[in-house]
Amino acid sequence: MTIPNDLFYTENHEWISVDGKEAVVGISEHAQDELGDIVFVELPSVEEELDQFEEFGVIESVKAVSDVFMPVSGIVVEVNEELMDQPELINEDPYGSGWLIKVEVKDKSDLDKLMDSAEYKAFIEEE
Amino acid sequence: MKKTAIYDEHLNLDAKIIDFGGWQMPVQYSSIIDEHKAVRNKAGLFDVSHMGEILVKGEDSLELVQKLITNDASEMENGQVIYTPMCYEDGGIVDDLLVYRLKEDKFLLVVNASNTTKDFKWIKSNSKLFKNVEVSNKTDYYSLIAIQGPISREIIREIVADDIENLKFYRFIETTINGFDAIVSRTGYTGELGFEIYLKSENGPKLWRKLIEIGADKGLVPAGLGARDTLRLEKALCLYGNDISEKTNPLEAGLSWTVKLDKKDFNGKNELVKVNKGGLNRKLVGFKMIDRGIPRHGYKIKMDDQEVGEVTSGSYSPTLDENIGLAYIDVDKISIGKEVDICIRKREVKAKIVETPFV
Repeated sequence: MTIPNDLFYTENHEWISVDGKEAVVGISEHAQDELGDIVFVELPSVEEELDQFEEFGVIESVKAVSDVFMPVSGIVVEVNEELMDQPELINEDPYGSGWLIKVEVKDKSDLDKLMDSAEYKAFIEEE
Repeated sequence: MKKTAIYDEHLNLDAKIIDFGGWQMPVQYSSIIDEHKAVRNKAGLFDVSHMGEILVKGEDSLELVQKLITNDASEMENGQVIYTPMCYEDGGIVDDLLVYRLKEDKFLLVVNASNTTKDFKWIKSNSKLFKNVEVSNKTDYYSLIAIQGPISREIIREIVADDIENLKFYRFIETTINGFDAIVSRTGYTGELGFEIYLKSENGPKLWRKLIEIGADKGLVPAGLGARDTLRLEKALCLYGNDISEKTNPLEAGLSWTVKLDKKDFNGKNELVKVNKGGLNRKLVGFKMIDRGIPRHGYKIKMDDQEVGEVTSGSYSPTLDENIGLAYIDVDKISIGKEVDICIRKREVKAKIVETPFV
């Protein structure tokens, strides 16, 4: 199971990759594997402002419905439109073309409440 | 938590295991969608040993079975199977099941895993009305393996001792498969050509491995409960606990073809005769999503802002690449092609009523 080193993770299995003010959010390889074949994605509108750990969308597999939560507070600047027709991209490439949203990070100190890759690895092993 | 005799095979195949009706069962091996398509195009192998088997034997067997079920077993030949609901006095469904006539006075009732204990008690208590009948729970005795899909016959043909070319739908034979005594039945829950094989549980894993061994090259894959659910939904086959329950009757569930109201006496008859005369309030219908969204069990259905029904089953359909569902809708609101709103979370999403089966 891949857990890239340069990302931060939540207990709900979202990842965030931060570059300056902007960040990309997705779900981990572990999360997509647990869900199975993903067939539906619901994402927020651009410019929506959301708090850290607030629900921002829904991912559905054949069997399960799962909410996704904001790793940090911020404003949505872009959503992955490709997923509307190809939700399976999340299964195929969860850290790449299966990204969910891009956000403008409000306060970088939010990252302190997240796990780094080593902590996340330990977290899913325990779960 | 119970495990089937074949459980270790699922672990060896890297299955994802879930709790289903008190059993640890494989929900998927590779992908629900891939397994689903394999069953439609080639074949899939299912361990359904969690299903309950209840044996009824003795001189009064037929009378007990007739009392229990809404369908008519009196004309059944040995070697025949029927599908039937079993009702309470109020017309609510205790369970839906298959009845196998093994002999003149010997029947095997195959029931849903999550209902086995309840059913056994119910059947046992009904049996007290009759003198010469014996009821026993054989669930642990049997492994039940289903092989389903267009090439299923081709795969098992080479290891079944008797001819299965001419085995008709809803007929079975007592034969040997791979040398093991077994009941081979042309039944299933996928809407495809397929067989269900009952054998002594200790032989279950051996037959499972043998079938994988001889079938894999031809395109047979192990398939889990996830695919089983999407396959049955595309064919609009009812699932107990979703589409039918103690709170629904077989007439509104579209199972009137299994309710023989002219049969002498059976549990629920009086109530079902009344319902039939007075007309139904609601009916189970199929619908397809027009807008984006996947319907799920329990979602409300509206028409002109008025609640008119509730979703009982819903899923992405791998065959159609569309989202489909079953729902109870008020009978005066039902017509094919009519649009309804499905309440999915905070949104109302358009769907239309369609004919079933979907596939």
